[in-house]
Amino acid sequence: MKALLSIQRGEPDLASRVETFEVTFEPGQSVLDGLRMVRRDRDPSLAFRFSCINANACKECMMLIDGEVEYACTARLKEGTTTLAPLPKKALIRDLVTEIAPPDERLERPLRRK
Amino acid sequence: MLRQQVTPLETDVLVIGAGGAGMYAALEAAKAGADVILADRSLIGRGGATVMAQMTVAVALGEQTPDHWEHHLTDTLAAGRGLCDEKLAAILCEDGPRRIREMDDWKVGWARENGHIKQVQAPGHDRPRCVYVDFLSTGPAVSKTLRAQLNDTDGVRRIGDLLITDITVCDGEACGATALHVSSGRIVSIAAKAVVIATGGLTRLYRRNSASSNMGGDGYALALRAGAELIDMEFVQFFPIGHLAPRLVGMDPIMWDPFRYKLGGKLLNAEMREFENDYATRDTRSDGRYVLTRDLATYAITKEVEAGRGTPAGGAYLSFQHVSPEEIRRAFGPVVDRLAANGIDLAHQPIEVAPIAHYHMGGIRVSDTLETGIAGLFACGEAIGGANGANRLSGNAITESFVFGARAGHHAARKAKQRPMPSLGAAGAAIDFLRSAEQRDAPNVANSIVALQSLMADYVGPFRTEDKLRIAIDRLAEMTCNLGDRPLASSSDSFDPMLIDWLDLRSMLLVAQAVALPALSRTESRGAHQREDHLGLDDAWQLNQIVAMTDGGLRIKATNEMVAA
Repeated sequence: MKALLSIQRGEPDLASRVETFEVTFEPGQSVLDGLRMVRRDRDPSLAFRFSCINANACKECMMLIDGEVEYACTARLKEGTTTLAPLPKKALIRDLVTEIAPPDERLERPLRRK
Repeated sequence: MLRQQVTPLETDVLVIGAGGAGMYAALEAAKAGADVILADRSLIGRGGATVMAQMTVAVALGEQTPDHWEHHLTDTLAAGRGLCDEKLAAILCEDGPRRIREMDDWKVGWARENGHIKQVQAPGHDRPRCVYVDFLSTGPAVSKTLRAQLNDTDGVRRIGDLLITDITVCDGEACGATALHVSSGRIVSIAAKAVVIATGGLTRLYRRNSASSNMGGDGYALALRAGAELIDMEFVQFFPIGHLAPRLVGMDPIMWDPFRYKLGGKLLNAEMREFENDYATRDTRSDGRYVLTRDLATYAITKEVEAGRGTPAGGAYLSFQHVSPEEIRRAFGPVVDRLAANGIDLAHQPIEVAPIAHYHMGGIRVSDTLETGIAGLFACGEAIGGANGANRLSGNAITESFVFGARAGHHAARKAKQRPMPSLGAAGAAIDFLRSAEQRDAPNVANSIVALQSLMADYVGPFRTEDKLRIAIDRLAEMTCNLGDRPLASSSDSFDPMLIDWLDLRSMLLVAQAVALPALSRTESRGAHQREDHLGLDDAWQLNQIVAMTDGGLRIKATNEMVAA
């Protein structure tokens, strides 16, 4: 089966663009599987966060999938077009990557002393 | 380009990796009075293996039945097939109860029964010894608890999105590290009086694996390039019953073990016949519920598939059809609904399972203070080798992350107190290396990583031959040559997945060689290292192999002397 992933790409302060990739999938595969296929076969510069791949344990792959906030590792690929965009209320870093770390776990944060 | 700027940081103790071992190391180092930077290439407490753990943590609490840590040690040494570093294994077993009770005080929520912490039977153990958090929540609960402790601890600066690329060594001592701040693309240079590697294992080297995408053996490559030694690298643990089919999303592929601990579960071949007993006579350490330890179960499933008795997807069936739906629901509550969402009804259908890369017994060679041969460079958790020998006893991984993490943090803080703050000057070469990243026409590295994973699975998997290993070693050399010496970048610095892939593949190729080379020289079968051209244990091989890097190449030496130089 074929899925079309329509992905919002770009960086802060630049106009975003939408690029569409076709991926071949088997029923049951996740959107994250599809994104990894795009990087492997088409465009290795596509940026998205993930760590645990499949377990929904790391909670890093959250993004906007067809307009809803979802985890890419649990949302399934479907035939036809799926739109993917970065989380709207988080600062954009690149493509589907946003700043989701708690503020005191970022590089910019100084050493905290109580 | 942001990579032209260097952000300087300094700290007493730098901990690399924020899984269970790294978080515990940071807590103990801070408790000992050190300022700590806890860095993770992903988010703090989210990446790595700990958060994925679903169930068993082995520890001689004696809550379920009388127990003593020496019994746990006996089982650990037996599982290790004669290769354990007995001092490290004893530390793991003796300190385990203290850390598990500390986690209990921190309200991790170990499952209880009749007023005591519940301990269940797991393969290779002589009695019920494994604690857990319901339902399949051990890892998330552990990570959350340690994150909460860190939140309440002074002096630990947590920095996510920080990928450490090289350890800085000055006059033979670790004095900091160079890093890429992934989200901004900035180079960060960290001066540190002591460095702790807690980056976990190398399962990402294999096509089918049960760990996070950041478990590509970073720490082993960092240690090798810093001049430290690795030990037992040929021993990669394959978990026999990793989920294979139907496609299951949102769950850890090793989730079926907890089901077996609680409900039994039958392994069947394509003829729907139980086959474990066909292989059981080889192992005297069988218990009632579990017939085979992990290495033998991996062997049994692989042999059934080779004999043409595999399932459609190429594994074995695991069936719970003998268990009533009510009992399944009682044991796993909400997990049953998550399975239903994946179209799986255990009471009515078997699922398919097959071996999956799960854990690395080998790792960085350390003394009993968790220090490597490079002064000031420590390591802990899955990143170290020795405690588990040729095969890890189930349940020891989380225990070792706590015990060795705490111990490494403590000793790193002590070391830091004895040393002045090093200068940042020695990191020049590593900084220049990152700065040299360039856009160029090159093969897709994301694709090359997939090719490496297939190569390792097919030629350096659980069952090895000289021919296969030589093919792998040649191909690894070719891939290393193709990768080039200069990092590959995309058009923008921030969160550059092409640069990350290039840096990862550089490390993965080095670590893959560090597995394949000692696998070739060990001409026997022991634990997780099975040579189809050298069947059975050879007493002459009751020794450990050490991997080190000199002049850019790897060399192997054998020893039965376990104390780090």
